[in-house]
Amino acid sequence: MTAYIQTLLGYEAGWFVGTLALILLIAFPLMLAVAMIIYVDRKIWAAIALRKGPNVVGPFGLLQSFADGLKVFLQETIIPSGANKGLFLLAPILTFTVALLAWAVIPFGEGMVLANINIGLLYILAVSSLGVYGVVIAGWASNSKYPFFSAMRAAAQMISYEVSIGFIIISVVLMAGSFNLQDIIIGQKSHLLGINAYGVNPLLFPMAVMFLISSLAETARTPFDLTEAESELVAGYQTEYSSMSFALFWLGEYANVLLMCALNAILFWGGWLPPIDWAPLYAVPGIIWLFAKIFFFFFIFSWVKATVPRYRYDQLMRLGWKIFLPVSLFWVFLVSGYLMLTRYAG
Amino acid sequence: MQIFAFYLFASIVLASGAFCIFARNPVHSVLWLILAFFNAAGLMLLVGAEFIAALLVIVYVGAVAVLFLFVVMMLDIDFAELRAGFMKNLPLGLLLALVLVVEIIFGVGAWQSSGMGEATAAVGPPAGAPSNIEQLGALLYTKYVFLFEAAGMILLVAMVGAIVLTHRTRGGVRKQNIADQVARRPEDATRNTQPEVGKGVEL
Repeated sequence: MTAYIQTLLGYEAGWFVGTLALILLIAFPLMLAVAMIIYVDRKIWAAIALRKGPNVVGPFGLLQSFADGLKVFLQETIIPSGANKGLFLLAPILTFTVALLAWAVIPFGEGMVLANINIGLLYILAVSSLGVYGVVIAGWASNSKYPFFSAMRAAAQMISYEVSIGFIIISVVLMAGSFNLQDIIIGQKSHLLGINAYGVNPLLFPMAVMFLISSLAETARTPFDLTEAESELVAGYQTEYSSMSFALFWLGEYANVLLMCALNAILFWGGWLPPIDWAPLYAVPGIIWLFAKIFFFFFIFSWVKATVPRYRYDQLMRLGWKIFLPVSLFWVFLVSGYLMLTRYAG
Repeated sequence: MQIFAFYLFASIVLASGAFCIFARNPVHSVLWLILAFFNAAGLMLLVGAEFIAALLVIVYVGAVAVLFLFVVMMLDIDFAELRAGFMKNLPLGLLLALVLVVEIIFGVGAWQSSGMGEATAAVGPPAGAPSNIEQLGALLYTKYVFLFEAAGMILLVAMVGAIVLTHRTRGGVRKQNIADQVARRPEDATRNTQPEVGKGVEL
């Protein structure tokens, strides 16, 4: 598409217009998807709790998120008198922006990617490591005890789990031989017994499970939602926020959840490839397979949220440092040793 | 276009560096520092060193600066006391700045006079060259493998040293034994009794 616009407007102007158009083409559907996925989350949660969930606004309650958005939009933004005003308002904007940034390198299909860069996976690591700033700044700028505790927990939690996520990603990169997300997906084609997924490889399946759990921790979803544990910290770092600044946290959080679901699908379960390497399945567009996989992982996220109780803080740290870190480190050895003996032998 | 991006990133790096020094609140200082790191990564990207740029963001912005921010937020800093030492330390600071300026001038002078400037005039890797990561990896694991391993050992020693220095066994601390907690069954902790009416329960 960018190439077509460049023929109309010349190279530089065409590049700008084309990239802007693509950004909007990703960002707007993403916002719509976030609104709908919040509704889906509430519906799944309600179904597991034998409730009906949102069912009043629109058919089946489909418009509930939009009604909530409108309500929040019309509310007053309250800034506590003791708060550091600039940073207090900057924090939700930062969270939201960072949540959108990472989508630039996510491939939605063959050739359907905004920025097909060589270091795509490193870019995602870099951007997701920025996510903690929104929370930390919010906690500090609120000038209140509960948000501050929450910010400290969030910082420790995200740093702890980023370490093991790094090792898990490295084992996938070793297997694919590239940091480029497209190459990683294409490398999974007919990986084992005609199945398009690294996850079915017995060498990588434990990493897939650990990545799923780590992504729960990284996005601070139940059972690792200690940053907003209602019984201890009111609403955590969001306690002092209201109106749109609160909504931005909310949107950023769900955009991050969707991103983690997409990463699970791309790194271990074939991304936009169909699950089985069988010609008729390729007739279905890749974007539909990717969305189906994202939705599947989101269902798991919601399912976990509705059924698993919250971890205690020391248990969370123990899982991150004493179990995931050594196991993932050992697994990097295992994967690289296997590849050295088979692929790079001689 | 590249010129515009360069001046944008460079001016933000310089400005946020200055703000980092002049900010009254130490937390603001750290945040300006983070902005400087981030734009320095942008500069790296402009010369085609995308791997270094990504590492700069992951390591410095994502980990080091978070810990910085973490510590600074929890410090109880007396701002008046901090500024009191300004005049006393000013000569030392000026001396350091002078040394740095002289070093930079010497460095740039040597670089230009040796003719290295012309050799590297074409900024960025030539088209079709293997990616940053492959080239760096090939160099680090062949030519510089001993230096690379030595750096790893130094970091390991530093890490062990930090743990040894800060770790101490304290008495009177209740520890959680996860294995015990998992192995605990309802029968160990509770029992079912049928007390007589009005007698109460013996615990």
